[in-house]
Amino acid sequence: MGLRKKDLLGLEHVETDEISLILDTAASMKEIIGRQIKKVPTLRGKTVVNVFYEPSTRTRTSFELAAKYLSADSVNISASTSSVVKGESLKDTSATIAALGADVVVLRHPMAGAPGLVANTVKAAVINAGDGAHEHPTQALLDMFTVRERKGGLEDLKVAIVGDILHSRVARSDIWGFTKMGARVSVCGPSTMLPPGLEKMGANVLENMEDALLGADVIIMLRIQLERQQQGLFPSVREYARLFGLNREKLALARPGALVMHPGPMNRGVEISPEVADGTHSVINEQVTNGLAVRMALLYLLAGGGTQ
Amino acid sequence: MKILIKGGRVVDPVAETEKNLDVAIEDGIIVEFGNNLKEDSAEVIDAVGMLVAPGLIDMHVHLREPGYEAKETIETGLKAAVRGGFTGVACMPNTKPVADNQTVISYIIDRTSGLGLARVWPIGAITRGSKGEELAEMADLKKAGAVAFSDDGQPVTGAGIMRRAMQYARMVGLTIIAHCEEPALVAGGSMHEGFMSTRLGLKGIPGAAEEVMVARDIILSELTGCPLHIAHVSTAGSVRLVKEARARGLKVTAEATPHHFTLTDQAVEGYSTSTKVNPPLRGEEDVAAVRQGLADGTIDVIATDHAPHTPEEKEVEYDRAPFGMVGLETAVGLVWSELVESGILTPARAVAKMTINPARILGIEKGIIQPGAVADITVIDPAREEVVNPNEFASKGRNTPFAGRKIKGLPVLTMVGGKIVFSRL
Repeated sequence: MGLRKKDLLGLEHVETDEISLILDTAASMKEIIGRQIKKVPTLRGKTVVNVFYEPSTRTRTSFELAAKYLSADSVNISASTSSVVKGESLKDTSATIAALGADVVVLRHPMAGAPGLVANTVKAAVINAGDGAHEHPTQALLDMFTVRERKGGLEDLKVAIVGDILHSRVARSDIWGFTKMGARVSVCGPSTMLPPGLEKMGANVLENMEDALLGADVIIMLRIQLERQQQGLFPSVREYARLFGLNREKLALARPGALVMHPGPMNRGVEISPEVADGTHSVINEQVTNGLAVRMALLYLLAGGGTQ
Repeated sequence: MKILIKGGRVVDPVAETEKNLDVAIEDGIIVEFGNNLKEDSAEVIDAVGMLVAPGLIDMHVHLREPGYEAKETIETGLKAAVRGGFTGVACMPNTKPVADNQTVISYIIDRTSGLGLARVWPIGAITRGSKGEELAEMADLKKAGAVAFSDDGQPVTGAGIMRRAMQYARMVGLTIIAHCEEPALVAGGSMHEGFMSTRLGLKGIPGAAEEVMVARDIILSELTGCPLHIAHVSTAGSVRLVKEARARGLKVTAEATPHHFTLTDQAVEGYSTSTKVNPPLRGEEDVAAVRQGLADGTIDVIATDHAPHTPEEKEVEYDRAPFGMVGLETAVGLVWSELVESGILTPARAVAKMTINPARILGIEKGIIQPGAVADITVIDPAREEVVNPNEFASKGRNTPFAGRKIKGLPVLTMVGGKIVFSRL
């Protein structure tokens, strides 16, 4: 079997068997990354175009390396150095990329729904690398991969996602993905950053971090953007860190072997204390390696290696 | 020139009656009602099975001219109006330049005459440039032909200037039409705040953004004695506030749009920018409350807020797309399918909300069907169906969320001053 749709726009509309397929494929890819010579010819002759309308280090590099390890040709376009600054519409930019013969378009965009607009314009497979506050499916897949590898499975695990849920595409994709795979997800953050309807997405909503951490198997900390303070969403970094920062004392509330994750980049000392970020529970660097494996798996599955 | 509309059912929104009557028209005037009127040399319109109503009025339309002719012109807008069964429209002043002076009002009136389409009643701006800072020359605007004042598209943010505007408008003798929206609560949102906005990751606009302004403007209307008309009511809270104001005898009226009584924020699924409108498509309880408000008379008027945009403007990211949808050519079908067929409104009460009620608010002698009245008439076939196809629109705007939707109950003939300006009989 392969994936049912030509694009990966979000995890909301991906079935559980497809998620399992992606994670299983990623496991094979991870084996390749561990080799002395990390290059396989699988996607030779295929072209991957990474279009980034927002700054990104790890996601863009991850996609770029994933394409290279699979022998695809890859090109990066960033909004600041392209005709976007000349006022070209996303639709026209997409048509141009399609005309250049891309097989896969990886898109990072500050506005929700943008990858869908591109997907409707081009024949190429579109992978959402994060759109506004909507979804970041490859991040959630690498989170699930990391947990599955460490815990042997996802079912019945207690997952706590803590931070700015309102603006977080990672939180939304994680909620869809983990709940689909049978985990129980709690989201926690200041009341100003908990948007309405999270319960209807399948999450348990909490305003007290201790409640969220109690008995957790997985803790996913989200980055807080410090400029949210000026928008009146929290009074001070100091108070935010006290209420919603993860430190050793709070971590003690979680299950003994609990995993601590963060999509990066971290604000050390704000949402996560350095000792926890670098501690034995932390799998933050593993997430980065696994992200590469997951993105290789997706390029393989969507660029013709695994579609039916 | 004689015309005889034969065999139809005349809907009188003032008396709230429906009667089988032939209607004889001569030299632009309705001259006689009766059964089996003689045909003589008249042109006969067979209206058996149809409703014969006073010409419909849409009191909330954006004709876009002057300034935004790529979106719509007065001519294309009025072609859309008559195709939609409207014999007259009131047009909002957010043109370029803004209709905050006599010249723009006169220009709109001049451009309309001679087209032989629908009538136009311009609405003047409340404040200069609709900037919410200084009052527009309201008395001059009225002299030039303005029938009401509005800064539609923008709220009048400052309570102080709105108070002065209402005091002054009361003296001038025209209604203030309020676009109620608190910018600090809209804060860059692009759809209704709720489960759907959370799911889609779009910034939400809470119902409260509208309601705090509705409440403020009702209070200012009470303070000043100025008649207040609330444009495009979209939330349960707004309906409640208007109802309370009316119960206390205040001069407050309200309108709802077909999209707000038909669609919920569910329609935004898939990020189609044709669903992006201000105020946004709301939740289920809000739609139910708007329908209830229409049924119990709290909401007096159905108006479209026809807001055409070009495809280039709309074929962009959801956040980047302009607010607004076209409405003139789907309004009657939606009123019939959603409100009349389902028994929420009788035909007479539905017609009242598109004729006599807006006419009274605007102070124009329209919305009447009786011998002696000017023959502005709309014939509606309640059994006629169509699937909405934007490519058939007379409007330049194609931005409708109703493409592909089946609607039943369509305008089939539009007559302005005794002249047939549209027919699909």
